[in-house]
Amino acid sequence: MQKHIIPSIRIQKLIKTAGTQRQLLIMSVPIILYVILFSYVPLWGWTMAFQNFRPAKSFQNQEWVGLRWFKFLFSDPVFLQTVRNTVMMSLINTTLGFISAIAFALLLNELKNISFKRLVQTVSYLPHFLSWVIVTGLVSTMLSVEDGALNNLLMYLQLIDEPILWLSEPNYFWGVVGGTYVWKELGWNTIIYLAAISGIDPTLYEAAEIDGCNRWQKMLHITLPSIKPTIIILLIMSVGHILDAGFEMQYLLRNGLVQDVSDTIDIYVLMYGLQRSNYSLATAAGLFKNVVNISLIFLANEFAKRAGEERLI
Amino acid sequence: MIALKRHYEERIFTSLNTAFMIAFSVLMLYPFWNTVAVSFNEAVDTVRGGVTLYPRRFTLQNYKMVFSTGTIFHAFFVSVARTSINMFVNVFLTAMIAYVLSRPNFMFRKPFTMILVISMYINAGLIPTYFLIKNLGLLNSFWVYVIPGMVNAFNFLVIRTYLKTIPESVIESVRMDGGGDLKIFFSMIIPLSMPVLATVGLFVAVGSWNSWFDTLIYASSKVNLHTLQYKLMEYLQSSQSQARSSGEVGAMALAKTSSLVTPVSIRAAITVIASAPILFIYPFMQRYFVVGVNIGGVKE
Repeated sequence: MQKHIIPSIRIQKLIKTAGTQRQLLIMSVPIILYVILFSYVPLWGWTMAFQNFRPAKSFQNQEWVGLRWFKFLFSDPVFLQTVRNTVMMSLINTTLGFISAIAFALLLNELKNISFKRLVQTVSYLPHFLSWVIVTGLVSTMLSVEDGALNNLLMYLQLIDEPILWLSEPNYFWGVVGGTYVWKELGWNTIIYLAAISGIDPTLYEAAEIDGCNRWQKMLHITLPSIKPTIIILLIMSVGHILDAGFEMQYLLRNGLVQDVSDTIDIYVLMYGLQRSNYSLATAAGLFKNVVNISLIFLANEFAKRAGEERLI
Repeated sequence: MIALKRHYEERIFTSLNTAFMIAFSVLMLYPFWNTVAVSFNEAVDTVRGGVTLYPRRFTLQNYKMVFSTGTIFHAFFVSVARTSINMFVNVFLTAMIAYVLSRPNFMFRKPFTMILVISMYINAGLIPTYFLIKNLGLLNSFWVYVIPGMVNAFNFLVIRTYLKTIPESVIESVRMDGGGDLKIFFSMIIPLSMPVLATVGLFVAVGSWNSWFDTLIYASSKVNLHTLQYKLMEYLQSSQSQARSSGEVGAMALAKTSSLVTPVSIRAAITVIASAPILFIYPFMQRYFVVGVNIGGVKE
């Protein structure tokens, strides 16, 4: 029917609808314009990656350099190092995060005393709400060489003879970041698994008990398979964030002694862009990261759809 | 016999699990607990080492010192201001757009929803965003804390999901009485969706209170816009070895003015001050955030 309506009538109809919906329009149009300004307009800035951008010049007078900055990036050992660091820390954090959250959720689920369970849960969420500044501050206090709790403990147990320089030894950095991440986010990451576990039909456990299953067998054959879809969907989603190893943690924990292993792509962008004012190079690095990210997210969504899950977008 | 064996196995497992949970809770709480103890301990005494669970020589000197300089007091005020304004503006505008886009026959429902949802996935990056902020004249202005975070696409989905639970007949009853969408939104939607708005508001507030990176890139040269988290970041960085150049502005400078305090004690006191509001609202959040997570989990 609608196809046969001639354009002028359609426009009239549109104006009429706009008239009756004018309050909705007043409420939404400014907000959408705002979103466009802050989320979409800056995409124009990606042109900087293909220019030799000078802030003082107008757009017409910028010098276009094609892929020069990308060629530079992929021959720059420092940049390649940051890509490696980002991917490695991301993999370590994701792996540690998944294993610890699932294990912790399973153990919490076995607690019979409800108020004790709730108390442990409350304690476990707490670090999630503290800022990275506070968390990294606590971590550096705990790992300090002077009177740090970890060194004190290890010395007391006579496992080491002198304090270990946890924060200035490159070999330990990824581990320290992984540990910090788990400490802060473990409880929070557990919530979604606990929600999945609470949705399991209790008659399954009863049936298993009649069949003579022990606690371990129930965990292995009922709980884990029941939360498998949740695990898979979260794993797929985390693939889309492989280049988002985090920025704050590394920025706050890094120092001159560990920069070869601590610096991520985001730190590279910050250093070259805002501290050395090489805007074009920094934009190119950021663009590389964003394009990889967006492609991975779409790929992950595609996978999720194939796996029969439609919860992503 | 088998039943008895199983009974013992159960008991061993339960004790081990409980012991593990207690050890875990200690691991979660100790770092912060220790910092509180240090912050109330005499600085000179702390240097001797060994302060663990409680202050050995109780004093309020560290806190007095921190507040006597005025900069921390001012930073606290900036943090409170940005957090509260951010929270109200963000919740109000996000709720408003969520209401509009929950109207089934709104003419631009699909395109507007797309614009919001896609904005979650694209990110122009640090440098283009920096130039946008610069061109808008927001550099070194208080509004840089508010304006870039006025609407949140994820929270939009959370609120819209909640609004779908409000029956259409309730909304229609206001319309029958001659009320327009603005009236429906203010007199009906806001009161009815208070639980979800509180949840979203708490999350926005925590995020705003905890952020320091916007200060670093947009307002670091303007000292009176420094937030508490940013100040703490400066102090932490300056007492680490690599930041010698900026060391004078940080804890060292503060510590130098008095022989009674040290960077370690100052840091501990500021850490406690910067996390106090979070700890204070934490019991209230507990009630709400699991609800928020579950609503968000339904459709991300």
